[in-house]
Amino acid sequence: MIYLKLFLTFLKIGAVSFGGGYGMISLIREEVLAAGWLPEKELVDFIAVSESTPGPVAVNMATFIGSSQAGMTGALTATAGVVLPSFIIILLIAALVKKIAEYAGVKAVLGAVTPAVTGLITATAAILFLSCVTGLRTVGDRATCDWKALIITAIILLVAAVYRKIRKKSFPPALLLLISGGLGIALYL
Amino acid sequence: MKKAIKLFFIMLKIGLFTFGGGYAMIALLENEFVSKRNWMSDGEFAEMVAIAESTPGPIAINAATYIGYRQKGVFGAVLSTIAVCIPSFAVIYVISLFFNEFLKIAWVAAAFRGIQAGVVVLISLAGIKMFIKMKKSLFNVLVAAATFICMIMFSLFAVDFSSVFYILISAVSGLLIFLVKRMRERKKRSENNDIS
Repeated sequence: MIYLKLFLTFLKIGAVSFGGGYGMISLIREEVLAAGWLPEKELVDFIAVSESTPGPVAVNMATFIGSSQAGMTGALTATAGVVLPSFIIILLIAALVKKIAEYAGVKAVLGAVTPAVTGLITATAAILFLSCVTGLRTVGDRATCDWKALIITAIILLVAAVYRKIRKKSFPPALLLLISGGLGIALYL
Repeated sequence: MKKAIKLFFIMLKIGLFTFGGGYAMIALLENEFVSKRNWMSDGEFAEMVAIAESTPGPIAINAATYIGYRQKGVFGAVLSTIAVCIPSFAVIYVISLFFNEFLKIAWVAAAFRGIQAGVVVLISLAGIKMFIKMKKSLFNVLVAAATFICMIMFSLFAVDFSSVFYILISAVSGLLIFLVKRMRERKKRSENNDIS
């Protein structure tokens, strides 16, 4: 039953994703690849769409994957799944234990989760880099080198770094994606 | 009822205009609920942000649920959570209908090959930023490094190990370290009491 599977998968993703949208990308990627819902490249394309459309990345991803697998009902069940854990947790906190974030034990747990999420996000970036640029997913795959992707990566890293130096704030994601899209047209078409 | 309708439309608006993740939304929420309407005090708002950030799930959803509950109880929470989701749901649903066709256009496909590189950069920057902001205690650096290395290795050797486990393991070890520390402090205190 695809609806139930979508609902439960995104329920799990919603329940354990700390640290905003990027924190859940590693888990979404694992679940989506394991279920065979989307190939890796399409997933990355869609992360870009989620980043450049309004709303939380998690909700966008759930809606898209749900819709691509099982139409409108699929989109609704996946979105409901990803939203429900936050909704219930926040409701309990707002109604019962407003000061939960101040308990030392809770602080210790939350503080310990942050470095793990940091590791997850950076590792996901490295894994995606390997698979997008060299085609290397697991040891034994024959590695190739997409030098155009390397050039694009280098250029946008440079632009983002210069922007940061001058404007003292991080580069807007939508603009970064726009530039990389332009470079993609220039180099691949 | 009038307030509920207002709440619904404010959240709808916020859902429509938050690009680039939850943090952009915090500023919008502050403007709507604290500066413009005075529905929440500064202190209450800061408390809400702390809770939304430290609980799992998208910050936007957490904030909407919390504010909705504070304004109009459970009904308000349901209303604002649905409202904040509607814009992204509608936009993405429409995109999902055409996305595959859209990708078949040659220049769009070329653009998206470039965008894939851009996404990798975005995720790396988010990770690096989080690492810079993280307190560099021995525990934190060890956990971050171990997670980073294990995840890449497991992925390369196709070992099945869910991201959930990294989060659970670090949460449990954080709790254990906290409990051990507290037990030691208690022991010390009672020893001191014995002497005196």
